[in-house]
Amino acid sequence: MKSWGLAIALVLISAALSFAHPGFLTVPNLINVARQISINGILAVGVTLVLLTGGVDLSLGSVVALAGVVAASTAHPDQYPVVVPVALGIATGALCGATNGLMVTRGKVPSFIVTLGMMTAARGLALVVAKGRPVSNLSTDFTCLGGDVGMVPIPAMILAVIALVTFVVLKNFRLGRYLYAVGGNAEAARASGINIGAIRMFAYTACGALAGVAGVVLAARITTGQPNAGVGYELDAIAAVVIGGTSLSGGVGSVGGTILGALLVGVINNGLDLMNVSSYYQAIVKGVIIVGAVWLDRNRQQS
Amino acid sequence: MGGMPLLQFRDLSKSFPGALALDRVRLDVAAGTVHALMGENGAGKSTLMKTLGGLLLPDSGEILFKGRAVRLRSPHDALRLGISMIHQELFPFRDLTVAANLCMGRETTRWFPGWLDHAAMNREAGRLLARLGVPIEPTRRMRDLSVAQMQSVEILKALAHESSVIIMDEPTTALSEREVTALFDAIRDLKQRGVAVIYISHKMDEIFRIADTITVMRDGRHVATRPASELDERELIRLMVGREPAPRVAGPSTTGGDLLEVRGLGRTGRFRDVSFTLRRGEILGVGGLMGAGRSGLANAIYGLAPATTGEIRVQGKCVRITNPADALKAGIALVSEDRAQFGFIPRMSVEQNLTLSSMKTRFIDRRAEAALADEQIRRFALKVSDRNQAVVNLSGGNQQKVIIAKALLTEPEILILDEPTRGIDVGAKAEIHSIITRLARSGKAILMISSELPELLSLSGRLLVMREGSVTAELDPRHTSQEEIMSFAMPS
Repeated sequence: MKSWGLAIALVLISAALSFAHPGFLTVPNLINVARQISINGILAVGVTLVLLTGGVDLSLGSVVALAGVVAASTAHPDQYPVVVPVALGIATGALCGATNGLMVTRGKVPSFIVTLGMMTAARGLALVVAKGRPVSNLSTDFTCLGGDVGMVPIPAMILAVIALVTFVVLKNFRLGRYLYAVGGNAEAARASGINIGAIRMFAYTACGALAGVAGVVLAARITTGQPNAGVGYELDAIAAVVIGGTSLSGGVGSVGGTILGALLVGVINNGLDLMNVSSYYQAIVKGVIIVGAVWLDRNRQQS
Repeated sequence: MGGMPLLQFRDLSKSFPGALALDRVRLDVAAGTVHALMGENGAGKSTLMKTLGGLLLPDSGEILFKGRAVRLRSPHDALRLGISMIHQELFPFRDLTVAANLCMGRETTRWFPGWLDHAAMNREAGRLLARLGVPIEPTRRMRDLSVAQMQSVEILKALAHESSVIIMDEPTTALSEREVTALFDAIRDLKQRGVAVIYISHKMDEIFRIADTITVMRDGRHVATRPASELDERELIRLMVGREPAPRVAGPSTTGGDLLEVRGLGRTGRFRDVSFTLRRGEILGVGGLMGAGRSGLANAIYGLAPATTGEIRVQGKCVRITNPADALKAGIALVSEDRAQFGFIPRMSVEQNLTLSSMKTRFIDRRAEAALADEQIRRFALKVSDRNQAVVNLSGGNQQKVIIAKALLTEPEILILDEPTRGIDVGAKAEIHSIITRLARSGKAILMISSELPELLSLSGRLLVMREGSVTAELDPRHTSQEEIMSFAMPS
């Protein structure tokens, strides 16, 4: 299976890094890695659903910011119970996703364009809601969502739950099977009696909702609703998904692969950080990995 | 006009997985003649022309052009030698002008290399258009033309290349009578200049109007080449079709009640005013040529391309079918003629494809699904390494069996089969035929579209023939012949 190659690569790179820097393979550091990939991981799982249907979602970063700002605006101390900002943040994300979905299915506009538009508009909306300033003074009930429980970071637990649920849905539920079918051959899926519009709506809405979760978690972690947060997050998320083996044309991919992809990039970033390599070089390394992973994968398929 | 033929095919063979498309074809084409190529769907005409046009490489045999053996590895090779092809399906550059399309690849330049001389190209295009009597401005955009006009431009393009061999594949399907006459004048003009025109068409009257020589192909083999003056329509059909019909498979002797009734069904631009009844246990065959509207009919009943007029009744009740889900709910299943587009999800496994149309529960019982898949593999004798093999890697025959099994798992009462054995080897074909008769005997109503006359005759209990969008005949397979079917199928 494709993911085994990736898992092996991950193990090898981790081994190499632990030789290069003894501080890498320690529990505190590994927990750090988990914390660092959580936000991107949640986004990556969400966009996996969209990529599986053959579409793309470029609006993730902006939705993260918008959801974070909306949540933060209702998360001041003694304002509402913490359920409210969390629910509002997720709902904001879901609404953005549903809007994307409607334009793609009913409006028949290519997802690249729709989500590009949403990326721009949502960013603007975030600035409007936040009145151009970071939203601060958040209740501790809310901000603790970005913290730890004992040694374990809550964002990482949230990622684990989301990944597990999505994994189960994709493997064992009819909905998951239909997602793969629509991405694999939309016309054949339609001829099989599947409502491809409804399946695509689900993918975009769920992706948006998960971006909302990521936005809430991020706001909690940085203790502000930052309207300029999340710039470029969609590219990191898509990179993780693609490295994990999901095809950009749809119909192929898995949650496991996505998590491995996110881990691979996260581990390498973490290792390079420990070795004090400048973030500029880290960006170059990341670019090489993205292209290299897809190139290797295509080569393997041709043979 | 005497001497060595311009073009010679020597023992050309080509096979595809499971099917022999060309079988040691030998053919001579003389310069300055119009040479018609005729045969049923699947006879090998298009395949033969694709080897000449550089689109396909033959497995064995050779092509001699002006006495020398040539290897045509691409359309570019063919064009350079002077062989050009006008395809049945057009791919014009829609956003460029008529002149730009005509001069594509041979643009005139002035002042320095690469600087396009639009004025000169427009003039040349104007001259060509005038010669063919086509009243189109060279500066109009291709997108704004009608299909007939686009076809005329495409023909002009081939003429402009100054080829010595021009292949025309069904060139007149969208042309009016006036345009056809103009085309034929241009073809006669080409003949005088020594060009060989290979003309593929089903339209008998046109063939007899324009062709000097007629070659008939059947089952990938060359059957006969005669001067047009020595043939008539009856003899031509006999040559095209004349094979022993397969022995009639003992069909179901009793049929039950009306299951499907279709009245005045039509879809704009595809077919119109089709009415028939389909009974339990019956196999209704539908014959006709490509483009006759048979698949349109099938796709309308199944909701893939819904009807715009008429009504459909299942077991007496009127049903509205706007998508495949509606059809499946009404107990109708379709095995489409286009396996690749509508039949299966390529990279999904056999197991997952089999169950795709019949998933009734939200949660998948993986073990039950695996057992079901194994049972279907056994029942239909699917040649797969295991149930997890991707369907795209199966042979055509096995893919088709998967699609049929998938349709049957939806437990339909009415099954529509569109070209069920196209592109399938002899062994799998026989298996699928026995599956079809078994289904009819078990009480299912079957609508079977086929371009293979022996198949239609041996399996159907009743037979409809379609031509250019409407039904032209209802025949009794026991009292008709392949020739009669063809005569109702061919355009007058």
